[in-house]
Amino acid sequence: MADRTRRSLTANRAAFTRARFIIGFLAAPVLLYLIYVISPYAQAFSIAMTDWRGVSAAPGFVGLANFQRLLGDGVFWTAVRHNGLLLVLMPIGTLVIALFFAFLLNAGGSTAASGVFGARFYRVVFFFPQVLAVAIVAVLFQQVFRPDESGMLNAPLIALGLEPVGFLSDPGVALWSILGVLIWQAVGFYVVLFSAGMASIPRELYEAAEIDGAGRGRLFFRVTLPLLWDTVQVGWIYLGIAALDVFAIVWVMTAEHGGPDHATTVMAAEIYRNAFQYFKFGYASAMGVVLFFFTVAFAAVALRLSRRERVEF
Amino acid sequence: MTSQAGSQPVALARSAARERRRRVLGPLAGLSHAALLVWTALVVVPIAWTFLASVKTEDEIFGSAWSLPAVPRWDNWARAWEQAHVGRYMLNSVVVVGLGTAGTMLLGSMAAYVLARYRFRGDRAVYLLFVSGLAFPVYLALTPLFFVVRTMGSLPVIGPLIGLDSYGGLVLVYIAYSLPFTVFFLSAFFRTLPGAVAEAAFVDGASHARVFFQIMLPLARPGIVSITIFNVLGQWNQYQIPLVLLSGQSKDKWVLTQGIADISTAAGYDADWAALFAALSMAILPMLVVYTIFQRQIQAGLTAGALK
Repeated sequence: MADRTRRSLTANRAAFTRARFIIGFLAAPVLLYLIYVISPYAQAFSIAMTDWRGVSAAPGFVGLANFQRLLGDGVFWTAVRHNGLLLVLMPIGTLVIALFFAFLLNAGGSTAASGVFGARFYRVVFFFPQVLAVAIVAVLFQQVFRPDESGMLNAPLIALGLEPVGFLSDPGVALWSILGVLIWQAVGFYVVLFSAGMASIPRELYEAAEIDGAGRGRLFFRVTLPLLWDTVQVGWIYLGIAALDVFAIVWVMTAEHGGPDHATTVMAAEIYRNAFQYFKFGYASAMGVVLFFFTVAFAAVALRLSRRERVEF
Repeated sequence: MTSQAGSQPVALARSAARERRRRVLGPLAGLSHAALLVWTALVVVPIAWTFLASVKTEDEIFGSAWSLPAVPRWDNWARAWEQAHVGRYMLNSVVVVGLGTAGTMLLGSMAAYVLARYRFRGDRAVYLLFVSGLAFPVYLALTPLFFVVRTMGSLPVIGPLIGLDSYGGLVLVYIAYSLPFTVFFLSAFFRTLPGAVAEAAFVDGASHARVFFQIMLPLARPGIVSITIFNVLGQWNQYQIPLVLLSGQSKDKWVLTQGIADISTAAGYDADWAALFAALSMAILPMLVVYTIFQRQIQAGLTAGALK
């Protein structure tokens, strides 16, 4: 009897120290996370339904009025259109270039199963832009794109007697310049990612296909791409979300933070501008809510579209 | 005699290698190299051009972009470091990212460990709470986050340390926003670790915390290294959050990305362009050096992070 009591007391004590440990380890991270992440997200939805401008002590509830105003806000829809364009072109551009280079690096050698000479060197160099901060890349390309002969790209054009291109000042060109920089920065990462995926494809598959007389093109479309599909899908979703979140490149690189004349503005820039330059916190939060639903919708569509039979190997 | 016997296989290997090289240099491989070299140039030339411009005079910069500097002007670098405060910004970045990553790894691994290896009421809910943070765009939270940090700043005693315009506020926000991915990644990692060693330690009377710090954490090292790299790069490259939380009144606390972006956007026509190029080079150089040394781990860490 006494023995049993003692045993249950020990069990109790073990359960108590276990619970104390769990709470002790979780308390700080959960608290921090609730304060700085969950509570702002939750508040954003309610702020979006107010006319809060930060100065008034009590924000007034306006229901969906902010969203109604958004419908008629031309600048916002320009931003949405730009994000939409980037959403389509940035993943396509990046994935196509990265797949091409990754395939060359892994199957461009003398036989289909061997990589090209110096593959390691290329992988290291291509990855460079990935470790540079986006804001730094923006300042860098602001200089590269200078409109006169002091610009890296325009100097040779002028030397050849051609008209300099207003990479950032011509409204018809500026967004394409942004797209170019986004792809420039992203490609290296996906080359490495796809290289890692390709390295895990069994060499025998390539050799067998080659003996059967398949050329490089067929090898790529019939062997590499299907076996890499899961990774490509992950890349597509990552790039799509990155395209919806473009900010620093536009904010730092372009005139008037999204100019000239709103030619390069994006949703994140409009959110930042409305909140921290115009102090329209309610309105900016409404934009944030719209961005949130775009992101969720994109992720859902992307997952659905790219779902396919998984190839086992 | 011995030398002759030894030279034959060497010669054979050499001719085989020559043969291989000749085949590599076939038309297809040649085109491959051309394409790869073009992209190499696209990556390297803008960066090299920036370094070159950083030692030019103002006149040389506004002349033709491809001209070489007559003499390298290293005083541009000195001016950027001192007058444009690049040294200060870099130190701030090191402090904030150092504390931010250390805090993220400590709190993130603790939470991940408990969520991965202990069953208790609500464990699934807490895990989902963390992972849900992966799905939200940070721009949705931006406005309220500003006010949350401002409110924290009015707390008694610790307020000034964690409010707006403070290192502490930035560090805590970095940690909080790094937690979703860190917890997600590391809990998957902790789940795969064998339990036998931990069981043995428990039998020997080790406490839960001791088992974590002395057994499980060392076992999880590959995962820890990957996610640390991921967080260091992510926090070092952060621009948006400092822009919101560190105002123009606290320039002495600005991080590097913010400082350099400001030199380029706010400077206007009378800007010191030579110093801007020097500042840019200073921001790029350490990243390239560190990357070149640790490129294997960085590539592995980032790709592992993306694929989980």
